[in-house]
Amino acid sequence: MEKEQNQIIEEVTQGEYKYGFYTDIESDSAPVGLTEETVRFISARKNEPAWMLEFRLKAYRHWLAMTEPTWANVHHPPIRYQDIIYYSAPKRKKELKSIDEVDPELLDTFNKLGISLEEQKNLAGVAVDAVIDSVSVKTTFTETLSKYGIIFCSFSEAVQNHPDLVKQHMASVVPHTDNFFAALNSAVFSDGSFCYVPKGVRCPIELSTYFRINAANTGQFERTLIVADEGAYVSYMEGCTAPMRDENQLHAAIVEIVAMKDAEVKYSTVQNWYPGNKQGQGGIYNFVTKRGICKGSHSKISWTQVETGSAITWKYPSVVLMGDNSVGEFYSVAVTNNYQQADTGSKMLHLGKNTKSTIISKGISAGFSNNSYRGLVKIMKRAENSRNFSQCDSLLLGDKCGAHTFPYINTQNHSSIVEHEATTSKISDDQLFYCNQRGISTESAIGLIVNGYAKEVLMHLPMEFAVEAQKLLAISLEGSVG
Amino acid sequence: MLSIKNLSAAINGKEILKGVNLEVKAGEVHAIMGPNGTGKSTLAYVIAGRQGYEVTGGEILFNGRNLAELSTEERACEGIFLGFQYPVEIPGVSITNFLRTAINEQRKYRGLDPIPAKEFLKSMEEKKKMLELQDKLANRSVNEGFSGGEKKKNEIFQMAMLEPKLSILDETDSGLDIDALRIVATGVNKLRRQDNATIVITHYQRLLEYIVPDVVHVLFDGHIVKSGGKELALKLEEKGYEWIKGQM
Repeated sequence: MEKEQNQIIEEVTQGEYKYGFYTDIESDSAPVGLTEETVRFISARKNEPAWMLEFRLKAYRHWLAMTEPTWANVHHPPIRYQDIIYYSAPKRKKELKSIDEVDPELLDTFNKLGISLEEQKNLAGVAVDAVIDSVSVKTTFTETLSKYGIIFCSFSEAVQNHPDLVKQHMASVVPHTDNFFAALNSAVFSDGSFCYVPKGVRCPIELSTYFRINAANTGQFERTLIVADEGAYVSYMEGCTAPMRDENQLHAAIVEIVAMKDAEVKYSTVQNWYPGNKQGQGGIYNFVTKRGICKGSHSKISWTQVETGSAITWKYPSVVLMGDNSVGEFYSVAVTNNYQQADTGSKMLHLGKNTKSTIISKGISAGFSNNSYRGLVKIMKRAENSRNFSQCDSLLLGDKCGAHTFPYINTQNHSSIVEHEATTSKISDDQLFYCNQRGISTESAIGLIVNGYAKEVLMHLPMEFAVEAQKLLAISLEGSVG
Repeated sequence: MLSIKNLSAAINGKEILKGVNLEVKAGEVHAIMGPNGTGKSTLAYVIAGRQGYEVTGGEILFNGRNLAELSTEERACEGIFLGFQYPVEIPGVSITNFLRTAINEQRKYRGLDPIPAKEFLKSMEEKKKMLELQDKLANRSVNEGFSGGEKKKNEIFQMAMLEPKLSILDETDSGLDIDALRIVATGVNKLRRQDNATIVITHYQRLLEYIVPDVVHVLFDGHIVKSGGKELALKLEEKGYEWIKGQM
């Protein structure tokens, strides 16, 4: 009976990756490997001012002296950094003036991904920045947003057009010295999104970036910077996919968020990088540093993530709660299947008084995968009357996968309260029988139960994303649904 | 509708049912009574097709189809409904979502398109009213944090929504106060039609005051040892199960 059960679970967890196509677009790439020349090449290609090149070189030199972190609960062969192409851009014939001038192959790619820029532009109230390989190819809605004084553009454009804002905030949350991958990103990042919401403005539409790795042997190093000025509000969504390739590809991104007094930023991710095949070959190494700072009082930063892709995920979206009464939130669903490995969680650093943080993490493991939650809650001496609530739940499908929880709690005052709850569960035979008895197949039942399990997190996603995420959860665990 | 012939079944090699014979026709209500551990729930699970309940002899025909050839969900789609004695919790899955999934899977099996949202909601409203259920119920997660009575009412609500041909209610009266019992029984009576049938499994005669059976069976040590009209239940109440032992 146990055996049959496992068989069913094995069968239904054989989902296929449906974004694994490759688009034949001519690209302009840097030579393989990483030297000071590569960094200069990238900077020159992007026509960057001297201060930006300086920043990159400083980061590169720092990176040279660093070693890869080994504390995460993940295992992979050594990454050969000299075999990676650090810059690849879809070749453009000329400057783009309208969406009609975007390479049709590229538009087709986005259509396959279900994000028609054309449609987005006209119908949906979503502004999209599309980053393919390393370069932002199209930002929609820029004009509409500019009426509100909101800047939403590619990082490269921001460097050219808003250098003061970039200089002021870039690396203020994740310095180039932060960690190995952050240093690497700071040296070679090629593009990303930039967003600035001015004082008192509530961004009327959801902003969104879609990341796509296309070229072979290429790393993707994008950088996102979001600044919400006093009293501003913005909701930002990020999605990502990649072709199926036998070799592993490196993705080392940085996301920085700055929330000033009374500002609120909601950042949602549906991460669906190629996870590798059923034997564990290929897939993206997703080593990402995401951090926000609640700089002013009563500010709020909220991370919501649904992680279903990548061969390896190493990612801890964090909030530095500097302003008094500021709020940090982290809601996560991480699904691992086959031979995927995820070491993900959050850090909440309480510096200000009466600061509050919430961590809700739901791990779902299937196949031979390994899923770890790693989190740090640190309450400093000055952060009186602070509160944290953490809940880490693990759901195991089958008997060959692993779930791990590594919570770190460090409290330096007596007036703060920290709570941590953790559970590990399986889908019970009783639940499956109950569903089956109502006519629901085991496959659909697992989809239903998993979505129910993840509901607490999914409800924090914007509407447009929640539906996609629900489907994705079912697909990444089920195979034929959808 | 249901024809059970010389059925034996075992759990982990231990024989629980030892040659059960039972005929249920459309439009009938049957009650199966008997002391604890005589195989009442096992019979229900074997009909529903629960894993781990091994049929070791005999057969079950449902509208002419041999159930041994059908999976649990196929049996459900053919119209067999089991009202659970201990309904399980499914956190985060609303009753609405659960029922819509179940109805659509059953419709798919019968070659029908998914139920239109309007029709589904209308049906929910009607059935809620019929069973005197609170409005909030449909948005709550399946059985999560429900009281014993709420769980049982929810089983009957699902039965009303799924409109099965054969309903087997396993100890639906256990843990119910008199008001809940009345609501549950009224629901069952309202759902009674000429083209469906109900098997009520119960310990006590009490439920049968509300749901009047056409036939009462006494299951004892894996056999149906006595069958009769509704007066058999009263006699059993009066004389106790010891009386049955004496009759054997």
